[in-house]
Amino acid sequence: MARVLGALPLLAFVALAFGIPAIAMVAGAFTVEGAPGLGNLALTTQGGYLLALGNSVKLSAVVAVLGAVLGTFLAQAVVTSRSRALREAVLTASGVLANFGGVPLAFFWVATLGNAGVISGLFGLPSGTLFTFWGLVLVYLYFSVPLMVLVIAPALDGLRPQWREAAANNGATSWQYWRYVALPVLTPGLLGGVVLLFGSAFAAYATASAMGAGTVLPLVTLKIAAALSGDVQTGFENVGLALSLDMVLVAALVMAVYLPLQRRSTRWLQ
Amino acid sequence: MSAPRIAGLIAALTVVTAACGAAPTTQPQTTTGGVNAATATSAADFGGLDKLVEAAKKEGNLHVIALPPDWANYGEIIRKFQEKYGIKIESENPDASSADEINAVKTRKGQDRAPDVLDLGQSFGFSGAKEGLFAPYKVQSWDKIPEGQKEPNGLWVNDYGGFVSIGCDAKKITTCPKTYADLLKPEYKGKVALNGNPNKSGSAFAGVWAASLANGGSLDDIGPGVQFFKKLKDVGNYNPVESTPATVEKGETPISIDWDYLNAGYREQFLPKGLDFQVAVPSDGIYAQYYVQAVNKDAPHPAAARLWMEFLYSPEGQNLWLKGGARPVLMPVMTADGTIDKALAEKLPPVQGEPKFPTEAQVNKAKEDLAKTWDAAVAG
Repeated sequence: MARVLGALPLLAFVALAFGIPAIAMVAGAFTVEGAPGLGNLALTTQGGYLLALGNSVKLSAVVAVLGAVLGTFLAQAVVTSRSRALREAVLTASGVLANFGGVPLAFFWVATLGNAGVISGLFGLPSGTLFTFWGLVLVYLYFSVPLMVLVIAPALDGLRPQWREAAANNGATSWQYWRYVALPVLTPGLLGGVVLLFGSAFAAYATASAMGAGTVLPLVTLKIAAALSGDVQTGFENVGLALSLDMVLVAALVMAVYLPLQRRSTRWLQ
Repeated sequence: MSAPRIAGLIAALTVVTAACGAAPTTQPQTTTGGVNAATATSAADFGGLDKLVEAAKKEGNLHVIALPPDWANYGEIIRKFQEKYGIKIESENPDASSADEINAVKTRKGQDRAPDVLDLGQSFGFSGAKEGLFAPYKVQSWDKIPEGQKEPNGLWVNDYGGFVSIGCDAKKITTCPKTYADLLKPEYKGKVALNGNPNKSGSAFAGVWAASLANGGSLDDIGPGVQFFKKLKDVGNYNPVESTPATVEKGETPISIDWDYLNAGYREQFLPKGLDFQVAVPSDGIYAQYYVQAVNKDAPHPAAARLWMEFLYSPEGQNLWLKGGARPVLMPVMTADGTIDKALAEKLPPVQGEPKFPTEAQVNKAKEDLAKTWDAAVAG
């Protein structure tokens, strides 16, 4: 009983800051012109809205996988290097860069690779290079890779040198060591990293918005913004809420895949 | 830490604040000599403009929202009003959108910090009037405002507007485009930008509609405009970057379809920095749009709100808008009776032909068509 009492402030806060808005979101999403209905959700599975949802999922998935792979290699290089200075520098920089998304990052890339960008001018890149699916992937990786480094570095630190030596003593090759010892130990961390990267890319708004990506690559967050706060669309607020609900459903699906995998990958550790 | 949840949360919070804000309080009633300012529909209801000024001064404050100081000269307009009447203006969230304004009206109904007056995109004028958010008010110059540019009962009135124009950085572009047809020429590869996404930005919305008029469309049909931008994208001329003062200055959006008053403003602003930004109203796509002005039905300062309206629709207020490069709604009448500031009027980019204004039904149809077709046309 005392334990529940201690958690009361937290529970109250969660109910207030998360529960009520979530209920309001669901209620709004199912309200069509004042009456209950499925119209908003139906609309979000059509035309531009469905396109935006698909784009967001695709973009986030690509960014999550690429970011996780690149981030892990980078972290491994840093963790195994003997230079303490390099390690500190990379980890600190990752902490900063992982939070570098948004308008500054967008302008940074537009100034570099945009149509009037420095690098574009130097190499005569065709205009619009940055404003494509892969252009946006590149930009998103800029905050995703550092995030992965931060998440995976402690796990890599946890790989004890003795394990490798023991494997070598038993005649294991480097490949066998990674395949049968290191990767199984790392799997929970890697999975967690991919999910985290997916989430942050899926919810990113300001970066894509400032790049004007919404016109070439409609994303669900940009569609929500257009529905909730704009100068053109009126009466689309509940469609925006329905899109938010779609996002929650996507997140729930990701977790539904992630949690069993996570449990399976950690079972042998217990 | 699940980020999608945060996005949903933010969306949902908008609704919750709406629910919380509905706490009813009694409406402050300003009464001078038996006049209820909140229901007054003209200066005559107060017993003349002097009495209205008196009542407004008594209130002492005016709460405005979404008026950027560098937009249509609002900075100076606010200053002049304060100097003239000694009424303090609290200007909230200058960069807010029309949707934000309507939200503020709804969520702070009955509160002292609700906005008194609104400057809205046209479709929000239509929908707000339908929802009963505005107080009917007819300014003294009401009769001079052309039919079709005001709600018959005075719920909203067109205030200022402009034409869709093509801005062009003459230092970067050899021959500046003058028409929509020009924009498809190969020399403009990757250079033609809009001021945002037409599903969100009023200026870009108008840009697409003007393109429709230039390509066989009409006020009933925005489709050819969407097709035009698809073509522009296919030939590689479309530039998805949203034009802002910064992108214009850096040359990231060397050709920008935007309101003539904004493009003309950029010209003024960047001329001293060596940027020759030229503005042309395309002869094949003449599309004008006005913003609308309305009084919040539950304005906490109802008399000051009405005085603000009178000020805006006086020759002084109209000329102040003109100074910002916008075309005030009374401009034709004032040109005829000589009260317009001629030097300012001559600085506007010339227009061939008369604009036509879409009706509410036409705007709604265009809005819905665009929401369905735009993404598929230009994405990829």
